[in-house]
Amino acid sequence: MTGNGTGRDPAAGERPPLTRRDRRRNRIIAVTALVLVWCLLWGSFSWANVLGGLVLALAVLAAFPLPPVTFAGRVHPIGLLRFAVRFLADLVVSSVQVARLAFRAGEPPRSAILAVAPRIRSDLNLTLTGVALSLIPGSLVIEVDRRAGVLYIHALGLRDAEDVERFRRSVLDLEARIIGAIGSREERRVIAAARGSPPPPLPPTPPGAGKDPTA
Amino acid sequence: MSLEPILDVVVAVCLIGGALLCLSAGVALVRFPDLMSRMHAATKPQTLGLLLVLLGCALRLRTREDVTTLVLIALFQLATAPVAAHMVGRAGYRSRLVRRDLLVTDELAADAERIGRENGEGGPAR
Amino acid sequence: MTVITVAVTVLFAAAGILALSRIIRGPSVLDRIVATDVLLATVVAAIAAEAAYTGDATALPVLVVLSILGFTGSVSVSRFATRRRDGGAPRPPLHTGGTHEP
Repeated sequence: MTGNGTGRDPAAGERPPLTRRDRRRNRIIAVTALVLVWCLLWGSFSWANVLGGLVLALAVLAAFPLPPVTFAGRVHPIGLLRFAVRFLADLVVSSVQVARLAFRAGEPPRSAILAVAPRIRSDLNLTLTGVALSLIPGSLVIEVDRRAGVLYIHALGLRDAEDVERFRRSVLDLEARIIGAIGSREERRVIAAARGSPPPPLPPTPPGAGKDPTA
Repeated sequence: MSLEPILDVVVAVCLIGGALLCLSAGVALVRFPDLMSRMHAATKPQTLGLLLVLLGCALRLRTREDVTTLVLIALFQLATAPVAAHMVGRAGYRSRLVRRDLLVTDELAADAERIGRENGEGGPAR
Repeated sequence: MTVITVAVTVLFAAAGILALSRIIRGPSVLDRIVATDVLLATVVAAIAAEAAYTGDATALPVLVVLSILGFTGSVSVSRFATRRRDGGAPRPPLHTGGTHEP
């Protein structure tokens, strides 16, 4: 859910600590999800299953506590629906495109690796945007700079610089839909203010980054 | 039961669509030039293909226990496929398994070393 | 329905064979992992299709386990594959065959 394998967090100290209320909310969400999985596994939502799942979920969370993730927003049903519909459409369209590339004769498809800085740099948004991107065919997150909040994306089937810019915009649109689905009011304001403006420049490399400490 | 034949057709379409997408993943595996493009072909049409087959299965079986199991399979697939793809993709880039002549641009090249260090490459799995 | 069954079977079999050929040819460990992933997904899809055809759900719990195991496999292997280098030293190639770089 939260672990997309980007590992290590030297930047963790920069994030604001979670309040008690945030932590409780995170735990409630996690327990609900685990109980849901337990019930799906058994195939029915009987009281015995829900209670058993509850006990099990609490035990699991006590044994394997989740890393702190700031979830400051709230769920917007319409935004969520819009995201889901668009996501499914993207899934179908890109699957067909990649399949066509596979069957097409001729020279091998070209691709590009591009750096995109989402406008909201929270861990949750980076993770969700990355996961959604990786599920849609033709794009894949290969590296994350968590401190600067940059996703490095490998995209298949891009031919020239124009395609690259179009793809960059589509990533930001995807992010806007995710924020529209689960973002907080402030995050939505940032996105709304940025609508129509060109993609933000990449954040400058942190000082001392170019130097190799071992050199 | 006039619904039955229609459902059968939908199931058939789902199964064939899913099988075609799986085949396209296989073809792409063999035909694409480098690891990265193979990954795209591999992890992705597979996602939709599997979802289609599972949908067909659910429409066919239609009992509650089976449908919940199928939903669970789909959820696990959606949750795990990006993680696996990311891990393999990252390992592939660091092992230089990317055909540079086929890249339009590589905006990671300049930062790769630094990010690799920061993210603790090669460290033990947590 | 018979025609469809045959067609679906052939498609899955072809996908499996293509993935197998990539597993054999490599050239790198990661290529083989990716191909194994595809093979696994093909098997999962084929079993699900079989369940849809016979209407027999016995195999479905197996698929739950499979859809999780495939993921742990490729993650741990690619973890192992990246691990083999230290600092800024030139990385040892993962290939057994030719290099991808021109």
